Order: sequence, then structure tokens, then C-alpha cells
Amino acid sequence: MRDIHTSAITDAVKKLCMDANWYLEPDMLQAFDRALQTERSAAGKQVLQILKDNAAMARERRIPYCQDTGMVVCFVELGQDVHITGGALYDAINEGVGQGYTEGYLRASVARSPFDRVNTGNNTPAVIHVDVVPGAELKIMIMTKGGGCENRSKYKMLTPADGIPGVKDWVIECVKMAGPDACPPLVLGVGIGGTFEKSAILSKKALFRPLGSPNPDPQLDVLEKELLDKANRLGIGPQGYGGDTTAFGIHILTYPCHITSLPVAVTIECHAHRHKEVTL
Amino acid sequence: MSVTTASDGIKDIHTPLTDADAASLKAGDRVRITGVIYTARDAAHGRLFPLIEKGEKLPIDVRGQIIYYTGPSPARPGEVVGSIGPTTASRMDTYTPALLKLGLKGTIAKGYRSQAVKDALKQHKAVYFGSIGGAGAVLSRFVKKLEVVAYEDLGTEAIRRLEVEGFPAIVLNDCHGGDLYQDGQKAYAREDP
Ligand code: SF4
Repeated sequence: MRDIHTSAITDAVKKLCMDANWYLEPDMLQAFDRALQTERSAAGKQVLQILKDNAAMARERRIPYCQDTGMVVCFVELGQDVHITGGALYDAINEGVGQGYTEGYLRASVARSPFDRVNTGNNTPAVIHVDVVPGAELKIMIMTKGGGCENRSKYKMLTPADGIPGVKDWVIECVKMAGPDACPPLVLGVGIGGTFEKSAILSKKALFRPLGSPNPDPQLDVLEKELLDKANRLGIGPQGYGGDTTAFGIHILTYPCHITSLPVAVTIECHAHRHKEVTL
Repeated sequence: MSVTTASDGIKDIHTPLTDADAASLKAGDRVRITGVIYTARDAAHGRLFPLIEKGEKLPIDVRGQIIYYTGPSPARPGEVVGSIGPTTASRMDTYTPALLKLGLKGTIAKGYRSQAVKDALKQHKAVYFGSIGGAGAVLSRFVKKLEVVAYEDLGTEAIRRLEVEGFPAIVLNDCHGGDLYQDGQKAYAREDP
């Protein structure tokens, strides 16, 4: 058993929230550079260049890359030999979110109830998913998920007969429906299989793989590349002004599923793909 | 006339706008906006709309004005504003025609508008501008002054009066039916191999 105090978790989450919003990850910056090489549209190129400048300015002034600093989605991998002391894990995470958003001048974007819409004032609570894994480490991964793109995320229960062609059509349909509303260039997380909720969670988790890295499953890697090519033939382009860079990446995770089911969840993520992780 | 074309081809706009100003702008035009603009998004529109329906006075006079759909992040001490990029326009679509009818001349945001909004742009001679979604840090540089003028309790969703200088935008939908999204995307769509 290894003890981890909740204060260490709070401090870690606080830093992750601030850093994620101020400092866009290198995988995203590299994606801008790659796209600047291939984009044919002048307007599209200009958007990409401004977004690069935006990342530099956010970093320099320590202000958020995007004013929508998102709702925090937090994946925790909790080693089964870890003993958390000092309080509850979920409270420690939310405390870190509250501190990070307040002290980091990040926007409070969470309503306490879907109906009365009163802002909680410090961006809590986060959406927290915990997996128990072997070992004595605690891994915390956060994504600050913007609303404009999240609102375009979609789910469809396909049939086994729809198969891979059905999956392809659905993912491309999702890119079309997202359009400029979701701030392209997009990153897509696709969860295929499991049950209704499992596919949705996979679609979020898929987004943590570094952009530009291959899918460890060679078959899925081929599928991802084909889908990315199709998405970038739609012509939507950066900001939807027209161009070749509609998506930077499409990441797939799968899980076994019922003999009757083919669930496909698509999380739409924008170019403000703010994700950070730490292992305690 | 508050719209002039600069030597770099970009149109300089000074608010407020007249019908003739709005009519001179075409989808795809790059613009720089200078003067006063107002911010309002979901919650503020939710409060303005019942007032319009009852014919009551609004906390801001929208005639000739531009509304920017945005909820900025808080300013660091000594700064004017944090990050201030656009939010998705379609959520305001239900409210926009009523504001255009009152004389609003422009909105700034990102994303597709409904047919009803596009029709109202034509009918009331107004323009839908796009600013770059997710470029809030860069865009903050063009905001010189900021003041909350209504609904302070809404936090980031309060109505703010901004003084902007050379705020960069592009005309997405004009009052002649022009649509940058449509034209731009058509030009780059490619068949699957
Ligand atoms: S979709 Fe992304 S880039 Fe666009 S406003 Fe929302 S968080 Fe920012």
C-alpha cells in the first residue's frame, strides 16, 4: 500500500487545469505546422497561422488559449495498491478544479443545474471517470472540454449488418454536422462497441492519445487514416471558411459488444484540444 | 459612411452602422471594426427577448449596433480582458430576428445561422460577421476598454460594452444572400479517390 494525500491530488489537478488552458500541447502545435504545409486555401492558411500566434500569445501572457475554458473531464487511473488519505478523491479533484479556475483567471462555465442554469462560479464539478488498475500509482488525465464542440458530439446505435461501411458513413456525417460550429480543424474521438455509455466514455478517452501517433491496432490505424482523408475532402476547412484541413486527427477505441449491437459514439473536439496528464 | 476600404483591401468599419453601410458589405469581405460593440450570449438574450416581446425598453439601444456573442474569461489584474473569442451563433438564432427588427446591424460569432436569420439579415439590412473561434487570446488585443452595462449577475454572460480598435472579422452572411461558408466550402470539396 502506498499513501497519497488528497492535497497532492488537489495541487496536481489545479496545475493541470491552468497549464492545459494556457499552454497548448506540443502535439497540437505540430498539427498546425503540418497543416500549414498542406492547406491550399489562403483563408485556411491564415486561420492556422492566427491560431499558432494565439497559442504563443496565450502562453506568453498566461491567459486561456480560448475563452471557453471548458468543463473539466477527468480520467483517473487509480492503482489498486494506492491508499488515498486526507479525504475523498472526488472532493480533492473538484477542489483542484475550483482553485485552478479561480487562481488561473479561467472562465467559470458550469451551470449547477441543467434547468436553472445558475453558474457555480468556479467551474466545478468536473466529470470524473475512475478506472482501477494494477500498481501503486495514480494517473490523472484532464481535458478541458469546450461547449461549442461538445454540443456537436453524437451517438448512434448501428446494427451489426451496417458494419465498417456504416461506421465510416456515420463518422463523416458527424464531421459534416459539426461544421464551423465546432471550430475546425477538429479532433474526433470515436468509441465503437461496448454499450451505450461505454462507447461514449471510450470516445472521450480516445482523445488522450497524442495527435499524430499511430493507433496501436494496425487495422484501426488504417481506418483512422481513411476517415481522416475523407473528412478532409469535405472542403469545410479551418473555421469552415473552406479548405483542406477540416480535421487534425480521428482516434478510435473499441470494446467487445453484444451480438446485436454496434454502438458508435463520436466526441467532437476542436483545435483548442487542451489535455494534460500527470502520474503521482 | 462608416465603411471604407483600406489600401490592404480590408474594409475598415466604424460603429454604429447604417443600412447603406451594411449593404456595402459582401460575404468574404475582411473587415476591421472600430468603435463600440456589445457582448451578449445565451443568458443575456434570454432576458432581452421577453422585454422585446412585451415592447419594453432594453438596457442597451441596439439601433445601428453590433452584438458580439462571447463570454470572455476574467482579466488578469491590470489587463482589460482575458480571452475573448466568439461562441456558436446558432444558439442565438431564435432571438436574432427580433433584435434585427429593432435595428441591430450586425452580430459577430462563429458557425452556421438558420434560414430565418439569413432572411432577417436581408429584410432588415444587417450583417453576420465571423471572428475566429478559439483565437480568444489574439482577439483580446483589439479590446481597449470593457464595461459591464447590464445583468452583472450573469458573470461571463453579462452584457458588456467594448471599445474595440481594428477588431478583425470576416463577413459570413451579407444582406444580399451571400454566404461565405457555402462558397468557401464548395471550392475545396473533393471527391473520394
Ligand atoms: S469549440 Fe473549442 S475553440 Fe471553439 S469556442 Fe469552443 S472551446 Fe473554443
